Amino acid sequence: MFDLDRWREIFQSINKNRLRSVMSGFTVAFAILLFTLLFGIVSGLSNTFKSAFNDDAQNAMFVRVWKTSKPYKGLQTGRRVQLRNKEYNFVKEEYANKIQYQSARIYKNVAIKYKSKADNYRLRAVHPDHQFLEKTIIDEGRYINERDIREKSKVIVIGRLIKKDLFGEKNAMNKRVNVNGSSFLIVGVFSDEGGDNEERQAYMPVSTAQMMYGNNDYISQINLGYNPDLSLDAAIAFGNKMERDLRKKMNIHPDDQSALSVRNMAEANKGVGMFMGALYAIVILVGSGTLIAGIIGISNIMIFVIKERTKEFGIRKALGAKPSSIVGMVVQESVLITTIAGYSGLSLGTYILALIGDSLEKDYFIKDPSVSPGIVIGATIVLVLSGLIAGYVPAKRAANIKPIVALRAD
Amino acid sequence: MIRIEKLHKSYPMGKDSLHVLKGINLHIKEGEFVSIMGSSGSGKSTLLNIVGLLDEHDEGNYFLNGQLIKNLNEKKAALLRNKFLGFVFQSFNLISYKTALENVALPLYYKGMNRKERLKVALDYLDKVGLKDWANHLPNELSGGQKQRVAIARALVTKPKVVLADEPTGALDSITSDSVMDLLKDINNEGMTVFVITHEEEVAAQTKRIVRLKDGLIISDELTKAVKAAKAV
Repeated sequence: MFDLDRWREIFQSINKNRLRSVMSGFTVAFAILLFTLLFGIVSGLSNTFKSAFNDDAQNAMFVRVWKTSKPYKGLQTGRRVQLRNKEYNFVKEEYANKIQYQSARIYKNVAIKYKSKADNYRLRAVHPDHQFLEKTIIDEGRYINERDIREKSKVIVIGRLIKKDLFGEKNAMNKRVNVNGSSFLIVGVFSDEGGDNEERQAYMPVSTAQMMYGNNDYISQINLGYNPDLSLDAAIAFGNKMERDLRKKMNIHPDDQSALSVRNMAEANKGVGMFMGALYAIVILVGSGTLIAGIIGISNIMIFVIKERTKEFGIRKALGAKPSSIVGMVVQESVLITTIAGYSGLSLGTYILALIGDSLEKDYFIKDPSVSPGIVIGATIVLVLSGLIAGYVPAKRAANIKPIVALRAD
Repeated sequence: MIRIEKLHKSYPMGKDSLHVLKGINLHIKEGEFVSIMGSSGSGKSTLLNIVGLLDEHDEGNYFLNGQLIKNLNEKKAALLRNKFLGFVFQSFNLISYKTALENVALPLYYKGMNRKERLKVALDYLDKVGLKDWANHLPNELSGGQKQRVAIARALVTKPKVVLADEPTGALDSITSDSVMDLLKDINNEGMTVFVITHEEEVAAQTKRIVRLKDGLIISDELTKAVKAAKAV
């Protein structure tokens, strides 16, 4: 129901009593401002955590091997464990439905030479799925493919910075480079969000590397992406089972972390998830505390304001105002003030977050601090409700005072 | 217009109660100009508050415009006040942040009249009390007499059946008192029932009928000399 006269009354009352309107608005605006800043900063922290793991896929798992630290089945401590294609294929067949991506990795340091320019770079020999596990971004050409693996092609995919080192601004695609004395064809150039080190890498097919460097079936590491449909707990269980199975298969003591271990992002994710959950819980606790303090603040001011206006209400009633019209007027005024003030606080908070957002990232690990639309809607509902309550309770009491008593008030 | 029978009113005072009105019978006809006289504590203000529906009586009957007033809730009382009664208070009771014109127009707002119309009507009434030029001034820019005249305009603007004035000259000096009383007389001459409470003899003398109260009872009820003289002729 839109009643122009009612609004006119309210605006007049707000306008003629600016100080108290501003004061009651200030409490709410301040509470909302604090709430917004708090929430924004925590969401910024959460963004930082998320992006810290951004280099690799969120569902990544690594099978790593080193030396045995425990004797087992007559085998000595200090035995060097070696992964081979056998283990790679075992994992692939045994856990097919739990794996989204799978790739072997062989680490190598190589000298890459193009014309007069040469340097040493790290190289990973991989399967095609590695692109998704490492979140490699192909800038030009293509990544390693299945045909490369099958045919043991002498192709190489180089990082953006290798290209810059060797080719400068010139085209590198389909050029031949000398890698440790053999000629390789550049089929792609990539970039990576993981930083400079990641972009000074080169990739070649795992089969090519096995043939050229030792002619064996050794692999350094198995990288996996577990099926994203798995829950965190299921993914962790999968990692643990694979770890036990591989140890058994390779004659390693079941508890030998040093010999063979599965590093599982699901565990890290779970930790981060729990940490962020706890942080959000604290923020919600502190934030609602602030909001409640704000609401109590405005209720206090409304009680004072209504006491101050008791005589005015008495006059209005003597002139024929119904109690409902007085309650309605006060509540509407209160809701208006809380809503406007709340939105000022919210906008100011959002503005401040946007303003300081960039400078926080470097020093305080807070990235893109912001509040979500859900929070904004929730805060609006809280504001309107608090305005209603803050206005209604004291107004109802004031409206029920007999006019004769109200008129006597000062 | 107003008929009161065996009216009793007492106020609780801690454990005891203070019996203020002890059985008042009073009948005021339409067009009368009545003053209630009495010292403080005689119950005259209580009587006015009950007549004005600002307070409730305990016992007895009260008929306003032929309607029995009983068990009124605030909403009904507000409607009746708006329709039948106009108030003039000793302390003016203007709303401080509203201009003279807006103060006068306020009862019409509660009557549901639209803004344009009620401001026009309010201005007519301000003109009637001689304050048209002061329409856009706030109460604190007006003198006491002017404030009371604004209050009278506000009391009249809804064309009530009865104007109730509680010590209308109590806060004014004698010259402005006279001008306010002249205004009330004019209103009465136009046919409006006027009901004044006062403790000043000079004020009471300017009305047409004086009712004297003492300790919650009416001790005398007679027409003023001027009226008697006029009737004798």
